Amino acid sequence: MLDFPLWKKLSLWAVTLAASLLALPSLANVAGLDWPAALPNPQVNLGLDLAGGSHLLLEAKAGDVRAQRLENMEETVRQLMRNANPRIRIGDVSTADGSLSFMLESAGDIDRARGLIEPVMQGQTTVREWELNVVDGQRMVLSQTDAGIEQAIDDAMDSATEVVRRRIDELGTREPTIIRQGNTRIVVQVPGLQDPDALKDLLGQTAQLEFKLVDLNALPSNVQAGIAPPGSEIFPFAGGTAEQGAAIAVRRLGGIRGDNLTGAQAGVDPQNNRSVVNIAFDAQGGAKFAKLTTENVGKPFAIILDGEVLSAPNIDEPIVGGRAQISGSFTPETANNLAISLRSGALPVPLAIVEERTVGPDLGADSIRKGLLAMGIGSLAVIALMVATYGRFGIYATVALVFNVLMLLGLMALGGFTLTLPGIAGFVITIGAAVDANVLINERIREERARGRKVIASVETGYKEASRAIWDANLTNVISGVALFAFGSGPVKGFAVVLVIGIVTSVFTGVTLTRMFVAGWLRKARPNDITI
Amino acid sequence: MKLLKLVPDNTNIKFLKLRVPFFVLSLVLIFGSWAAVLVNGLNFGVDFAGGQEVRMTFAQRETAPIPQLRELVGGLGYGDPVVQEFGGPQTVSIRVALPEGTENTPGAATAIGDKVIATITAEYPDARKDGNDTVSGKVAGEFRNQAILALLAAMAAVSLYIWIRFEWQFGVGAMFALVHDVSVTVGLFALTQMEFSLQIVAAILAIIGYSLNDTIVVYDRIRENLKKYRKMPMFELLDLSVNETLARTVMTSLTLFVALIPLLIFGPPSLFGMVAAITVGLFIGTYSSVYMAGPLLIWMGVTSNSFVPAESPTDRQEKLARGEG
Repeated sequence: MLDFPLWKKLSLWAVTLAASLLALPSLANVAGLDWPAALPNPQVNLGLDLAGGSHLLLEAKAGDVRAQRLENMEETVRQLMRNANPRIRIGDVSTADGSLSFMLESAGDIDRARGLIEPVMQGQTTVREWELNVVDGQRMVLSQTDAGIEQAIDDAMDSATEVVRRRIDELGTREPTIIRQGNTRIVVQVPGLQDPDALKDLLGQTAQLEFKLVDLNALPSNVQAGIAPPGSEIFPFAGGTAEQGAAIAVRRLGGIRGDNLTGAQAGVDPQNNRSVVNIAFDAQGGAKFAKLTTENVGKPFAIILDGEVLSAPNIDEPIVGGRAQISGSFTPETANNLAISLRSGALPVPLAIVEERTVGPDLGADSIRKGLLAMGIGSLAVIALMVATYGRFGIYATVALVFNVLMLLGLMALGGFTLTLPGIAGFVITIGAAVDANVLINERIREERARGRKVIASVETGYKEASRAIWDANLTNVISGVALFAFGSGPVKGFAVVLVIGIVTSVFTGVTLTRMFVAGWLRKARPNDITI
Repeated sequence: MKLLKLVPDNTNIKFLKLRVPFFVLSLVLIFGSWAAVLVNGLNFGVDFAGGQEVRMTFAQRETAPIPQLRELVGGLGYGDPVVQEFGGPQTVSIRVALPEGTENTPGAATAIGDKVIATITAEYPDARKDGNDTVSGKVAGEFRNQAILALLAAMAAVSLYIWIRFEWQFGVGAMFALVHDVSVTVGLFALTQMEFSLQIVAAILAIIGYSLNDTIVVYDRIRENLKKYRKMPMFELLDLSVNETLARTVMTSLTLFVALIPLLIFGPPSLFGMVAAITVGLFIGTYSSVYMAGPLLIWMGVTSNSFVPAESPTDRQEKLARGEG
C-alpha cells in the first residue's frame, strides 16, 4: 500500500500537475490578468446566471404538424387523381378527425387509386407513415400512424432547430447555445443579451409565406360572417393593414408556398416610398410562381404570412423572373425582421415561448465576488481545522485540497463545462467534503496507533480500512449527483457537474496523493512515533 | 505540538439508551413536517408556481422597501403580487401571475416583467435589475413532477446501493434516515416560508448524497464489529460502533459546516436558501445517522449472524453427512 515506485510517483505528479495547470487560464481571467496568447487557453464557461443573458425555452405545437401533413396529403392525392389516365373522379373529401377520407365516384377505380396512393404513403424512412383503409367499398380513408406523426415531428423539430440557429446568427449575437430538448422543445441561451425582444420577435414569427388565389365568388356577407364557400378558407387581414379587421376568402388549394426562396431583402418601393420585402425564388419555386401568375392574370391573389393576409394585389402580368415584391404595412424594422425570417427559412412548426429567463449583467459579477470571498474564508477554516487536528497529516490533506480545487477547475475548463451560481455552492461543498476522506483515514490511523500498532502498520491499515467507507460514501454521492443532473435545468446541472467531478478529484487527491506524501515522508524520516 | 481533539479518545456515551424517546422525536419531526407542508404549504418560487418573477437589489438601502413595492406593483393591475425578501435584506423577488393566453404571444410575459421593473426604477432609480423570469404553467407543472420523481429516484437508488453493499436491513435503515432528512428539510421551508425553488430541490438531492456519509461510516463499523464481536448484545455493539466512529462523524460534519457558514454569511444572496437547506440537512443527517439508522437495525433483527454467509444446500448435506445436523 505504501510502496510507490518512481514511475508511479511520476505519473501521479504528471496527472496532478497537468490537470491543475488547466485551471490557470480561468484563474487569470477571474483575476483580470492577461493570459499569453501563445499558450492554450481553456476557460471554464460561465453560466447565464453568472454571465448575464437570456434563456428561452421554445415549444412546438405538435398539432400543427399533423394538420400540415394532412393538408399536404390532400393536395397530393387530388393531384394524383386528377393526373391519372383516365382521370379518377373523387368527391366528398374530408380531413376531419385527423384523417383524410374521400369517395370514389366509381368503385371500379379502387385498385388504380390504391396503386397511385401507396407509393406516396411511404416517406423517406422505413417508418410506416400512413394507413390506407377502404370503407363501404368506395370510400378511402388515409390516416396518419403514430410512428409517422412522431417521425414528422422529429423532422420538423430538427429543421426548426436549424432555422432558429440561422435566425439567431443573423442577429449577430455572440456564442448562442441552441439545443433541441426532448421531443418538442428547443433551448436557446444567449449570454450577454439583456433585451431579448428582437430575438423573440424573430422566433415568434413562423414565417410561413403563402400565395393563394382570392375566391371572387365568395359572398362578402358570408366572408365577414366567417362562412367560407366550399373549397375556400377565410383569412383575416394582418393588424396595421388598411383592411385590418376585415377578412378575405381564398381558394384553399392551388396556391404556392414561399418555401423555395433563395433570398429575401428589405427594401423600399420607389413608387410610394413604402417598405417592402423583395424575395427571390429558386428555380423550382420560380417556375411554380410563374405558372400561378401566368394562369391567373387579372385576378387578385393574397399574400399570407402565418395565417394573416399582408396584402391582396392584382396579378397585372405574369411574373416569370423568379422575383417578387411583398407589400404590406411594414415599418423598416418589421420588413427587415420578415426578410431575416424568410431568408432563414420558415419554421416548419410554430414555436411558443414556455420559459424565459433574463439575468442582469451585474448580478453575476457580484455573485462571483461574494462566492470567491466565501470560498476563501471557508477554505481557510477547513485548513485550520485540519492542521490543528491532524498536524503533519493535516498539512498533507491541505496540499491535497489545493490540488483538488485546481484539478476540479482545470477539468471543468478542459471538458468545456459550465460554472453556474449553484456550481459555486458545489465548489464550497466539495472543499468541505473533500477532506472527509482524510478525516476517515487519519482517525483510523489514530485508532490503530492507540491499539498499539507500529507506525507503518497503522498507516497501512488506516488507508486500507477507511477506503471501504470512503468508496461507499462517494458512490452514494455520485448516485445523488446523477439524479441531480437528470433532474436539473441549466443552473442545477452546473451544480451536479461540480459535485460529480469534485468527487472524482477529491478521491484522487484525498486518498492517492496523500498516501504518496505520507509514504514519502515515512520512507525518509522513518519515525518511531507519529503525532496524529 | 499538541493536536486538537474535539472528541476525547474512548468515549463511551450510551447513545442507544435513549433510542426510544429519540426515535419517537424523529417520528414527531417527520409527521410534524408533513403537517407543516399540508397546513402552511410551500412558498413556491416562479419555477414551481409559474408566472412572471422579477428580482431586484436595492444596494443603496439597508433594506428593500417591500411594503411600498407591494403597493407599487399591485397598482399595475396584475392581481396581488408576491413580494418577498430573497436571500438578503436588500434583495427582493416579485412574482405576478400571468394573464390567460400570454404564452401564445411572444414577449407578452416579459413585457409585464419589464413594466414592473420600469415602474420600480422610476420610483427607486438605484434599484438594480437582477433577473426577469417567465415560467409557463405547463413548465412549472413539469418541474414539480420532475422534482418529486428525482427525489424519490435518488432515495430509492441510494438505499438500493446500501442494500447491495450491506444487508436489506441497512438499506431500509438508510431509507428511513433519508425520509427523515428530506421531510424535516422540506418541513423547515414550509415553516419559515422561505422561497422553495429548483435550487432548494437541488440542495435536498445533494443532502440525500451527503447525509448518508455519516450513516455509511457507522454502518461500515457496525459490520466490522459484528464480525469481530460475535457474542456482544446488539445495542451494546451499536453503542460501541457509534462511539468508535464519533470523532470522524463530528469532524466530517464540522469540516463541511465551517466551509458552508461563510457562504451563508458572505455568499451571494441568491444562494442563501440553497446553502441554508444544505446546512440544515447536514445537521439533521448527522442526527439521523445516529438515532434513526442505528436503532432501526436492532428492530429489524440484525444480528451477528447477518454477515455469515448463508448455508448452501451442499453445506447442509455435508453437515448432515458428518452427523452434525
